Amino acid sequence: MDLIQDDYKITLEVFEGPLDLLLYLIKKDEVDIYDIPIGRVTDQYMEYLKLMKVLDLNIAGDFIVMSATLMLIKSRMLLPAESRPDMEEEDAEDPRWDLVRQLVEYKKFKDAADHLEDLELHMENVFGRESEHVELGTPPDVDLRDASIFDLISSLNDALGRVQEEDLQEIFAEEYTVSQKITYIVENLKRMKRLSITDLFTGMKSRQEIICTFLAVLELIKLNRIAAVQEDHFGTIMVEPREPEKDGIEALEEEGIVGGELL
Amino acid sequence: MSESTVDVLPELKQIVGALLFAAKEPLSIKRMRKAMIETGNGFSGPYEQYAKATDAQIKGALEELQEDLAKAKLGLDVAKVADAYRLQNDAACGPFVRALLEKNQTMRLSKPALETLAIVAYRQPCLRSEIEEVRGVSVDAVLRKLIDMQLVRVVRRSELPGRPWLFGTTQRFLEHFGINTIEDLPGSSELKRAMPEEGQKQSTETFPEMEKELSEKKPSAEATEDESVAALNEEIKGAEEAAEEGLES
Repeated sequence: MDLIQDDYKITLEVFEGPLDLLLYLIKKDEVDIYDIPIGRVTDQYMEYLKLMKVLDLNIAGDFIVMSATLMLIKSRMLLPAESRPDMEEEDAEDPRWDLVRQLVEYKKFKDAADHLEDLELHMENVFGRESEHVELGTPPDVDLRDASIFDLISSLNDALGRVQEEDLQEIFAEEYTVSQKITYIVENLKRMKRLSITDLFTGMKSRQEIICTFLAVLELIKLNRIAAVQEDHFGTIMVEPREPEKDGIEALEEEGIVGGELL
Repeated sequence: MSESTVDVLPELKQIVGALLFAAKEPLSIKRMRKAMIETGNGFSGPYEQYAKATDAQIKGALEELQEDLAKAKLGLDVAKVADAYRLQNDAACGPFVRALLEKNQTMRLSKPALETLAIVAYRQPCLRSEIEEVRGVSVDAVLRKLIDMQLVRVVRRSELPGRPWLFGTTQRFLEHFGINTIEDLPGSSELKRAMPEEGQKQSTETFPEMEKELSEKKPSAEATEDESVAALNEEIKGAEEAAEEGLES
C-alpha cells in the first residue's frame, strides 16, 4: 500500500478548450468580439492559465499554443500598420482577424450545440411504441453542465485574491488534504442543502486550503455527488447535493477517498 | 383464408394508425405500402384497392391522422423521425410516461460532445482535423465516445493525402434528437459547407425491387460501431506515427 493515502492527485480533464476560455473572457467583460482589447484579454487569459496549472488540471497543449498566438497578435498590434513586417500580402489586415473569424465560427457551433441540447431535453419526454429511448452508451466523464470550469476558476481567483500574500519563505507541513475537504463539503451540505461557493471559502487563510477545497469541489462534481449551479451568467455559483447514485459512491470508495458515509 | 369477415373496409388513415401502433420502430412510407400491397394481394376482392395506394396517399393519410390526434387531444402524436413515422406521446405527458417506465435517470450529452456532434452534423462528411480546427482542441476522446454511443460513424475515406476518414452522423443521432433530416437543423445553410448532394432516389420502384431494397438495407446501411472505432484508432495511430517520424527527422 501507499504510505500516504491522502496524497491523492486529481486528474480532471478540462474539456473546454482555449477558444472557450477566450469566449468566456469576452463575454465576461462584455467586449466587442470584432474589436477585442487584445492586451487585456491576453493578460486575463494568462492569469487563468496560471491558475489551471496551479490546480494541476490536465490542460491541453492547445492552451499553450493559444497563449503564444495571443502574444504574437499583441506584439503585432503594437506596431503601426505600415511598419508591420510584410507577412505575405495581407499585412494591412488587422492581426486579430484570424482569431476573430475562428471565434465567431466556433460561437455559431456552440449555439448549434445549444439547440441540440434543447432537442435532447425535449426528447427526454417523448416515447415511441418501442417505449424506450435511444439508449446511449457510457456517460461522459465530467459534466460541468451548469457552471463552466471557467466560472469555477473565476471564483477560485476571487477567493485567492482575498487571501493575504503569504510569506514565501515559510515552509509549512501539508495541513489540508483534498479528501479532508471532501468530507467537509459533504458534511456541510448535509446541514445546509445549498451553499454558495464563496461561503465554502470563507474563513480560509491559506492558499493551500483554498485550493484543496476547490479541488474537492471539482472532484465531487466529477463523481456527480454535487452540482455547481449558476442562476445567471457570472452570477453566484451555488453548490448542491445531487441525487445519490450508486456509481458515485462506489467510485469514491474505490479510490479510497472516503471510508465513511456520504450524504 | 382469402376473405375477410369485416363488413366495413377501413380507411387509409385507420390502417396507417394501426400500423404505427403495432410497429416497434419508426415506419417508412415504403414499409407501410409494402404491408398494403401484401394485404391487397393476399385478400381478393375489395382489398385489392389497397395495393394501389400511392406514397402520396399514404403520406396524406398520415398527415390527416396527425391532425386528428392533435385535435382530439389524445396524448399522442405522429412524428417524422429519420424519414420514418412513429406514434409517440405528447411531450407534455412525458413526466408521467417516464414515471411509469421508471426512466427517471436520463442520460444527457456533455457540452463538448454536443459541440462535436453539431460540427459533424452540419459539416458531414467531415475530417477529424476539421472538427479540431473549429473547436480548437483535440477531439479524439469525444469522437470515440460518440462512436461508442453510435451517434457518429465513419462514412468513408477522403481523397486527401493519408486518406483520413470522414465522419458523419447516424440514424440513431436523428432518433436521439428527434430530427427528421439534417436539413431540419436551424441555420444549416449558413453552417454547412457547400458539398455535392448525394443522389437521392425517388420512390417509384415496383414491389419486388422495393422488397429487395428493404431486405438489403438493414445490414449494409451503416458502418458498424466496431468498424468506426477501428477506423478512428487506425487514423490516430497513423497520425501519432507521423508525428514521431517528424520529430525524429
